[in-house]
Amino acid sequence: MIIFLSRRLLMTIPTLFGVALIVFLLMRAIPGDVVTQLIGVGEDVSPERMDELRRIFGLDLPVHVQFWQWLTAALQGDLGSSLRTGRSIATDLMLRFPATLQLSAMSLGIALMLALPIGIVAARYRGRWPDYLGSAFVLIGLSVPGFFLGILLILLFSLRLGWLPPAGFVPLFEDPLESTRRMLLPSLSLGLILAAATTRIMRSAMLEVMERDFVRTARAKGLAERVVTMRHALRNALIPVVTVVGLQFGSLLGGTVIIEQVFSIPGVGRFALEGINLRDYPVVQGAVLLISAAFVFVNLLVDVLYALIDPRVRYG
Amino acid sequence: MAERPKTAGGRKAKAIHLFLFRSAGGLGLVMVLAAVFGSVFAPLLTPHDAITLSPPDRLQGPSAEHWLGTDQLGRDTFTRILHGGRVSLAVAGASVAVALLIGGALGVLAGYYRGWLDVLIMRTTDVLLSFPAILLAIALIAFLGAGFWNLVLAIGVVYIGPFARVARAAVLTVREELYVEAAKALGGRDARIVFLAVLPSAAAPLIIEVSLRLAYAILYEASLSFLGLGTQPPTPSWGMMVADARRYLALAPWATIAPGLAIMVVVLGFNLLGDGLRDALDPRLKTR
Repeated sequence: MIIFLSRRLLMTIPTLFGVALIVFLLMRAIPGDVVTQLIGVGEDVSPERMDELRRIFGLDLPVHVQFWQWLTAALQGDLGSSLRTGRSIATDLMLRFPATLQLSAMSLGIALMLALPIGIVAARYRGRWPDYLGSAFVLIGLSVPGFFLGILLILLFSLRLGWLPPAGFVPLFEDPLESTRRMLLPSLSLGLILAAATTRIMRSAMLEVMERDFVRTARAKGLAERVVTMRHALRNALIPVVTVVGLQFGSLLGGTVIIEQVFSIPGVGRFALEGINLRDYPVVQGAVLLISAAFVFVNLLVDVLYALIDPRVRYG
Repeated sequence: MAERPKTAGGRKAKAIHLFLFRSAGGLGLVMVLAAVFGSVFAPLLTPHDAITLSPPDRLQGPSAEHWLGTDQLGRDTFTRILHGGRVSLAVAGASVAVALLIGGALGVLAGYYRGWLDVLIMRTTDVLLSFPAILLAIALIAFLGAGFWNLVLAIGVVYIGPFARVARAAVLTVREELYVEAAKALGGRDARIVFLAVLPSAAAPLIIEVSLRLAYAILYEASLSFLGLGTQPPTPSWGMMVADARRYLALAPWATIAPGLAIMVVVLGFNLLGDGLRDALDPRLKTR
């Protein structure tokens, strides 16, 4: 297990390096460079002053030196400072990370609470009406844009029924109950979509396992169908589900950017969007790096979890 | 069910039959074709204009004059949905085409030549795949700026990885086949072998992938334009229509719901089409 863990950890390093390289190169895709963007059109700034600014930003150095400086600083938790406010980006990101984390965690919880039972029931009643209902749920969930689902939920639960607030955020530790209440609609918007993808894989994994010999043996032993499903089939069916949930976590993290915008949640995604609107490029860079690194980390976690559930993986 | 068809023609007929009638693929095809037809012939289908403002008519509900009501600036929602479809479908189509060409080529190269080239290509796509897809697209637009081709590029880049993987997997399964070996033994050039022997067998999985990726591409385009990162006004696009009308949600829910439903219907169409194609073309992958 230790060998597996360390090998898996080592594999993460080149991936993270590649991710960081792409995030760094994004900065180079700006038309002109940061200085020309910062100054804007029509302002009269002497070329000497512009060169001076470039020196301040380190833009006069060769690219690989810039990348190295940026990377080593980032590894020490220094993501530079905002072009607009001058505040430390790393500090601002840490202030906004809890909201995004809470949103992701609640969405994942909702998705699993829905997907596992629906997938199991659909597989058990394959080809009958619970299965068709499940399929409809999957297809609709895979086809609805997250922001539209969010708006529909606001329309129904806030504007029509008045049960839940349409926007706003309260930190979890300030008022756990109110915080959860306000986070409910945003998490549903993401959770329902994630649930659809997970239900599909849960169902097909169950169906596949139910045809295996050990399930037939369990039935032949005279075990109740409920015991066969829950104890013998489910455990094995969960293995592919874990992988897919891990992969889907990327779209969940990406989705938080959009959903935070819909519900005015001050998370990392909204921070990035504010940065985009203000052309505050280092802010966007920092936020993208944080979310992508989180995704790489989640995938690492999934692989470890995988090895815990299925011992065969460790010796692969 | 009839007995198993023995000829290739019979197999093809069976696949078509499966696709059209035994799955929802036919329904998906109809939905997709309706969307394409509606946006191509948009100006001929409605008497209204998609861009001209008409403040007195703002935020109306559905009526005989305005089938889906009007938006906050008095423009006919149905007309704007038809015109918005042009942007969505064009961006989605172009980005998937770009990804298919680049990703497909990379995948074939990786699978056919193996070795260090394979490692290099697959590691690079791995890195691309370790970004949350929509975030990578948002970031690219943030730094490149909005606009049609930047949109195509941003969404297309995200799909290079998946297409490369599908193409590579397909090539790996056939490269050891006797007929490929025979073509090599006969001294066929690599390009010729790839096009005549390898690609045809990679076609089915790639076609399925195209259809399903189109569904996601529409979703991404809509999300980007919802965030204001898509095509810029006054050209209508579905995501932007939802974002703009949203402020009047309590007053005129129709103006928000109609373009949102348009996105859903088209994405659902591509999803059904893709699932139907998969069931018909690749029975092994059939979702039981």
